[in-house]
Amino acid sequence: MAVVFERPKSLIDVPTHYCPGCTHGIVHRILCEVIDEMGIEGDTIGVCPVGCSVMAYDYFNCDMIEAAHGRAPAVATGVKRTNPDKFVFTYQGDGDLAAIGTAETVHVATRGENIVVIFINNTIYGMTGGQMAPTTLPGQVTQTTPFGRSPELAGYPVKVCEMLSQLTGTAYAERVAVDSVPHIKAAKKAIRKAFENQKAGKGFSIVEVLSTCPTNWGLAPLDAIKRLQDEMIPYYPLGVYKDVEEGVFPKTEGGNE
Amino acid sequence: MERNLMKGNEALAEAAIRAGCKCFFGYPITPQTELAAYMAKRMHKAGGVFLQAESEIAAINMVLGAASTGVRAMTSSSSPGISLKSEGVSYIAGSDLPAVIINVERGGPGLGGIQPSQADYWQATKALGHGDFQLLVYAPASVQEMVDYVVKAFDRADKYRMPAMILADGLLGQMMEPVTFPEINPEAYDKSGWAANGHKMKREHHIINSLYLKPDELENSILERYKKYDIIKETETEAELYLTEDCDILVCAFGATARVVKSAVNDARAQGIKAGLFRPKTLWPFPVKEINEAAKNAKKLLSVEMSMGQMIDDIKLAINCSKPVEFFGRTGGVIPSPAEVLGEIKRMGGAL
Repeated sequence: MAVVFERPKSLIDVPTHYCPGCTHGIVHRILCEVIDEMGIEGDTIGVCPVGCSVMAYDYFNCDMIEAAHGRAPAVATGVKRTNPDKFVFTYQGDGDLAAIGTAETVHVATRGENIVVIFINNTIYGMTGGQMAPTTLPGQVTQTTPFGRSPELAGYPVKVCEMLSQLTGTAYAERVAVDSVPHIKAAKKAIRKAFENQKAGKGFSIVEVLSTCPTNWGLAPLDAIKRLQDEMIPYYPLGVYKDVEEGVFPKTEGGNE
Repeated sequence: MERNLMKGNEALAEAAIRAGCKCFFGYPITPQTELAAYMAKRMHKAGGVFLQAESEIAAINMVLGAASTGVRAMTSSSSPGISLKSEGVSYIAGSDLPAVIINVERGGPGLGGIQPSQADYWQATKALGHGDFQLLVYAPASVQEMVDYVVKAFDRADKYRMPAMILADGLLGQMMEPVTFPEINPEAYDKSGWAANGHKMKREHHIINSLYLKPDELENSILERYKKYDIIKETETEAELYLTEDCDILVCAFGATARVVKSAVNDARAQGIKAGLFRPKTLWPFPVKEINEAAKNAKKLLSVEMSMGQMIDDIKLAINCSKPVEFFGRTGGVIPSPAEVLGEIKRMGGAL
């Protein structure tokens, strides 16, 4: 009998620690499908963040490095500069990438580091139990915004793709979502494109994935998907924010000049 | 062998390149700036990577990334910058990664000043980041020793899979001295058992990590690391003993301060006072055996430091408080003079 559906080989066959209904599993899967389809598992080094995906090194079968909170882009830079022939990706949440790691995020992009950043935006800190994230929507109730996020008190959400697309070093920035089959297919296509960019030496690519956090949103999984569609996508429009034909800083051997 | 007149900071950089350092990540700060500038000029010609990071924090994490793949990596900074790097140093230690960190100390706390200081002794030897860990700390006292210890730091970092620090100061970094570069053939340590550099579908995946959510697993990982530390304490201590055999007063000092003290010891001897010098070259591990040897006939000890007194704690612990240990120091960037130190020695000698 022909096998028509199976686990990607680069996704280790173990139970994950993610909550029921969490979309990390979907993103892990499509990322691993891309790694398998490109046949690059043996040449890929991933960098995990601090956050819910802190233990992703137990799920991805490529070599993995755990970074301090917010520092994944710097760690990835150290890896890529010394191993320009390897594929390097980070997998980061919103608190990691857009709060504590903002400087690392902006500068990895502006240097045009030839890496892929997978950015999970679920508008909340999951691992620590549901605090306000830099991407928390105005009015959204979290543990640290019990009356809803007030822009007067806590500022406005960071729109990462919009911000990074302004930087010359960014080769590719696309926002996708994993709320429906067509969107998941588009998300996988975007991740594939990001890795192809790296292969072609185009420079910095980021794929922002709008995701859910049923546990900390206090919603059933399906209601969480609905919130993503009804509240998040209007605030964070899907689409390609930057896509250059040629990278501006293709890195040569050794990474200098 | 070729002999060059070189500035301390530049000699540190050249030695690192010759020791097989393949990448330097740094951020500008006085008084170590020449080190990064030298790296910027030389590193790419040596086939390596120089990158000016957006912060000290990013720089140390770039070092972590490069070191994770098995490449010899280093960063350098000065006191306030080292504080920023402390997070990354803790992760490097917790991930059992080799790396070299250079601290060309300046006065603190806070922004402090830009003149020489040794007030980061506690930070380097006791608490360069959170958690149970140590790093090897070398305290050179000349430009030549800075060269020699950079080479050794890279070797030992690889050998023990742990961070190693050169604790220099603004005086050593900025001064010029003749220096000879030894013939260096860095020992190639096999990193294939742990480096995360792509498994090529030929081995299990490697994970570089410092996270252990189960307490017994974390405890075991630390116990393993401390077994290594015990070996290091036995085998890696280094010290200079100068005129200690018959000394009544043993003066203890490290780094640039030890050179001031040596002059004072010589002056004291010329005046008939039996003074000697104990100079630890490794600050962690502290040379316990060596100081007890140096102090065996001494009646009193004196610690001279460019701080308010930090190494003095280790001296007292090392000799188990068996003899009086006094302190003289200048701080905030002030360098003690031989005359000042001689004055202290005479004061102590007069009371004997």
